[in-house]
Amino acid sequence: MVTSVTSFGRSGLYDWLIQRVGGAVMAAYTIFIVVYLVLNPELTFEQWQSLYNQLWMRVFTLVTLLSFISHAWIGLWAVLTDYLTVRLMGSKATFLRIFAQIVLGAVAVTYLVWGVQVIWGIN
Amino acid sequence: MNKKRPVNLDISTIKLPITAYVSILHRVSGVFLFAGVAFLLWMLDASLDSQEGFNSIRDLGANPICQAILWVVLAALAYHTAMGIRHLIMDFGVGESLKGGKTGAWLALSVAVVLIVLAGVWVW
Repeated sequence: MVTSVTSFGRSGLYDWLIQRVGGAVMAAYTIFIVVYLVLNPELTFEQWQSLYNQLWMRVFTLVTLLSFISHAWIGLWAVLTDYLTVRLMGSKATFLRIFAQIVLGAVAVTYLVWGVQVIWGIN
Repeated sequence: MNKKRPVNLDISTIKLPITAYVSILHRVSGVFLFAGVAFLLWMLDASLDSQEGFNSIRDLGANPICQAILWVVLAALAYHTAMGIRHLIMDFGVGESLKGGKTGAWLALSVAVVLIVLAGVWVW
């Protein structure tokens, strides 16, 4: 049996909602960036920097990063609890899964900190 | 619960419908994107850091390996987004029947293929 103690929202319904809201935010961000780049084929460094210098763009980017790590955690949790199971991996399954979750969680937090450094480190 | 009930989860003996293929690819693309985002963040980091960094990202075409990586990441992103939007539409109760699910899977797959080709045109 797999327990849900390592899920993100501690309940399937919360995870379901968080994953969808996060997905919608990331889709909006992706569409915004693609449209912006297509509409500005002669984009300059100053123009690009000034876009990311605005508060709303930093908030939009931060919310997207937060969406990314929660969405990814929920998705990776679903994948890990499906495949790193006792049936497929034997008695070491739980240890392997928790280890994988720790590593992936560390990567996710690193993405967040890196992203915050990128958008708040603009001179 | 009777634990001796027969279980057939040998995937190689089961004929999978299109919905199963798009679903497993949604997972694969999602796991891949978790790594691929490192590349996108690196591009954002370099492009905002300095004029030289911005130029190197703008002229990514000078490096075919970077170009290929970007296209693969964008392809995964396009596929995962198309399938995610399919999920959202189904969450609203649209296309939940067996036939609807298959139609939706083909539609989302078609949209994804178009977006992946467009991403290729954009990158090259």
